Amino acid sequence: MEVRVENVRKEFDRFPALHDVSLDIRSGELIALLGPSGSGKTTLLRLIAGLERPTAGKIFFGDEDASEKSVQERNIGFVFQHYALFRHMTILENVSFGLKVRPRSSRPPAGEIRRRALELLDLVQLSGLEKRYPSQLSGGQRQRVALARALAIEPRVLLLDEPFGALDAQVRRELRKWLREIHDRTGHTTVFVTHDQEEALELADRLCVMSQGRIEQVGSPDSVYDTPSSPFVFGFIGESSELPVTVEKGDIWLGDRPIGIAGSGAQGPARLFFRPHDIELVEGDAALAGVVATSRRVGGTRRVELDIGGAAHRVEIDLPFDHPAGERSQIAFRPKRWKLFPAA
Amino acid sequence: MAAEPHARRLSSPTNEPPAVRWLLILIGLLFMGLFLVLPLYAVFAEALKQGVGAYLQSLQNADAQSAIRLTLLVAAIAVPLNVVFGICASWAIAKFEFKGKAFLITLIDLPFSVSPVISGLVYVLLFGTGSLLGPWLKSYGIEILFAVPGIVLATIFVTFPFVARELIPLMQDQGNGDEEAALSLGASGWQTFWRVTLPNIKWGLLYGVLLCNARAMGEFGAVAVVSGKIRGQTTTMPLQVEMFYNEYQGTAAFALASLLALLALVTLVLKTVLEWRFGDELAATGRGH
Amino acid sequence: MTGSGRFRQPSVIPGFGLTFGFTITYFSLIILIPLAALVFRSTGLGWSGFWAAASDPRVVASLRTSFVTALIAAGVNVVFGTLIAWVLVRYRFPGRRIFDAMVDLPFALPTAVAGIALTAIYAPNGFIGQLVAPLGWRIAYTPVGIVIAMIFIGLPFVVRTIQPILEEISKEVEEVSATLGANRFQTISRVLLPSLVPAILTGFALAFARAVGEYGSVIFIAGNIPFVSEIAPLLIVIRLEEFAYAGAAVIATVMLLISFVMLFIINLIQAWSRRRYGYGS
Repeated sequence: MEVRVENVRKEFDRFPALHDVSLDIRSGELIALLGPSGSGKTTLLRLIAGLERPTAGKIFFGDEDASEKSVQERNIGFVFQHYALFRHMTILENVSFGLKVRPRSSRPPAGEIRRRALELLDLVQLSGLEKRYPSQLSGGQRQRVALARALAIEPRVLLLDEPFGALDAQVRRELRKWLREIHDRTGHTTVFVTHDQEEALELADRLCVMSQGRIEQVGSPDSVYDTPSSPFVFGFIGESSELPVTVEKGDIWLGDRPIGIAGSGAQGPARLFFRPHDIELVEGDAALAGVVATSRRVGGTRRVELDIGGAAHRVEIDLPFDHPAGERSQIAFRPKRWKLFPAA
Repeated sequence: MAAEPHARRLSSPTNEPPAVRWLLILIGLLFMGLFLVLPLYAVFAEALKQGVGAYLQSLQNADAQSAIRLTLLVAAIAVPLNVVFGICASWAIAKFEFKGKAFLITLIDLPFSVSPVISGLVYVLLFGTGSLLGPWLKSYGIEILFAVPGIVLATIFVTFPFVARELIPLMQDQGNGDEEAALSLGASGWQTFWRVTLPNIKWGLLYGVLLCNARAMGEFGAVAVVSGKIRGQTTTMPLQVEMFYNEYQGTAAFALASLLALLALVTLVLKTVLEWRFGDELAATGRGH
Repeated sequence: MTGSGRFRQPSVIPGFGLTFGFTITYFSLIILIPLAALVFRSTGLGWSGFWAAASDPRVVASLRTSFVTALIAAGVNVVFGTLIAWVLVRYRFPGRRIFDAMVDLPFALPTAVAGIALTAIYAPNGFIGQLVAPLGWRIAYTPVGIVIAMIFIGLPFVVRTIQPILEEISKEVEEVSATLGANRFQTISRVLLPSLVPAILTGFALAFARAVGEYGSVIFIAGNIPFVSEIAPLLIVIRLEEFAYAGAAVIATVMLLISFVMLFIINLIQAWSRRRYGYGS
């Protein structure tokens, strides 16, 4: 089921949470809404769900205008960060709930409901626990129950709001892999919200990066990582260093020194972004020369912080951990890959 | 909100339709009006039925005056004693670990589960005819029953959990950190108590005192049993209200009752103010007794 | 609690001896010894005497009156108390805060004052008594009056027990129920109300326990007619005035036993709900 968000705006008591957002979600894809808090990603998710109404704009499920429909009518599955399981019901009853509350005409017989619920518990690897109560399960198990419960109604779209946010790191990693497997098996269109870019990069088919109520970029993990379209995206995804530079006659200058890389586009002040590992060490004048401020070994690389232009700017670069340059107190380098953005 | 043309037709997923909502509110308000507001109103309406003059006159009646004095006296003795008890008990319970603590806490709630009449009865049994203590004390000229001491004792019995119940969870929540810090800086036990503990618990203490006092002044059943209802001597305000009522002196009864009702209202107001403004400095069990 | 065989764990904080000692002394003098006297006196009759006094028809009738009216009143309070708690927690309307504060009135108002006020309202010439008289109904001086008084004093117990639980229910649970297709009625009846059951039961038990022992609010509006509208606490007072102390002690002991059973049940409910629903865990 494809979902189309068209020029949606949402205001809470005059506070604009979303400004004119449009997004096409393809059928069967796993897409992440990624951004810091306040970016509007949860608001967008809730608008798709029908838990909030847009101040302006429309939301389409397939060809149907879903803006008119109540949350019950949209037939979506929603998973909350804090599970929201029904505490007084067993696991089995939780998972069966969506089927049991259907109107008589579309309700399957009791035996069928039970069978389906058990099947789903099997899918989420919780067979045998159907008689337990939520308070008797761990966080990871509870979230799997929440997912099974959402899947039971055969939703058109599956929506997850920071589903692993309440779990500790190890469980989070396991569930990430597991969610991807489930998605590949069932093929539901899935939208999930996260502020963890690692999670988004690892899990999603596409990322939708948001900031302050707007969509900054939509694309595959590779394209968002390699070709970020804005300073925000460059800085938010992966690691980065930024320097204020000037473009002059096709060359990029930092202060009064050319760096030795060419810059296309407008003359004048600009912002240079590069990633710590996309650099090469050079000798000579046309380079970024810095004084080593700190040097730390992180796993298989050495992370060096350099003060450039006499402590005016600080950048990070990565060297192989046993590189001789790691001993030096001054290092000159050039970025191999970089991006220029207009000055703010 | 500017443009929500579609939204207005559909209700939010977590709210009832307005019609249902207002119906429930109406039923709730009617019930509360009937059971809470109406009786309160009736007290004042009946008291002023024969005019403000008659109202004021009945308050100056000698029996009414002595009842007021006695009530104030009893409260002035019972409340401070229960405060001391409450502070001691919560200090012992909150600051230390000892066996039987949970049992003690449960016991402290005992008067709440006992009928007020029984609370008075136990003192009659203890000091009345046929008991051991009664005649023995009488031989020293000490009268407990049918005299002020008995009333004070019965009042202490029914009101004694109030302060403790407020302070125990409060002090448990606050922990020992502040006191240990003070001690490590060289303060003595008493100094620690006065300068560190007391300021920390002052709002909870005030709250407990408020409730304790309201109950102490308004207690009826327990006091009725032990007082002997001797006019002008052992009738507290609630007892005098009953006496006036049984003698068909409606205005006098309701006039005195109206004073107690005013006390109740003041207690409610202060209690609410304390809950709103100092909610986090009160016990976790602030609501519900 | 304490792992070793010691009575208490050593601690830096001073004052245990003083405070604990005072606590125990005060407690014994005021509570324990008097209660012991009660038990002592009631056993003074011996088993057969105790049993005879306890099964005296008038005593049984008074106990029945007290317990049945308390049950009915607690039942009414559960229904309307839940509704009131719901309305106070979930809705906004003018005067909400004042009504919220007023719920505590029965706690604060002296019982005798409540007693005469309720009688004034429900007596045949009272505000409501007048309204229902043409229908042939009498409220004051009948068991119905007793129930009314017990409703008054029990209401805050139910409301104040349910309110915190209602306030705690997360919106997400309701939202998730809606996403699964449940309409509002289904969400309330299958998801919200069941999770309130422990609080409702506790509130019921508290209101019931209080109503059974109530004296001041009830004796004015009850008819106090033996076998019909006489409550057990009143019978105790009558026995006392007759100087039949042992008889009074017996009734009191029976009432106390039943109260302790209720307290015990309340604790069981709370422990069960904590285990089952994980409240407080």
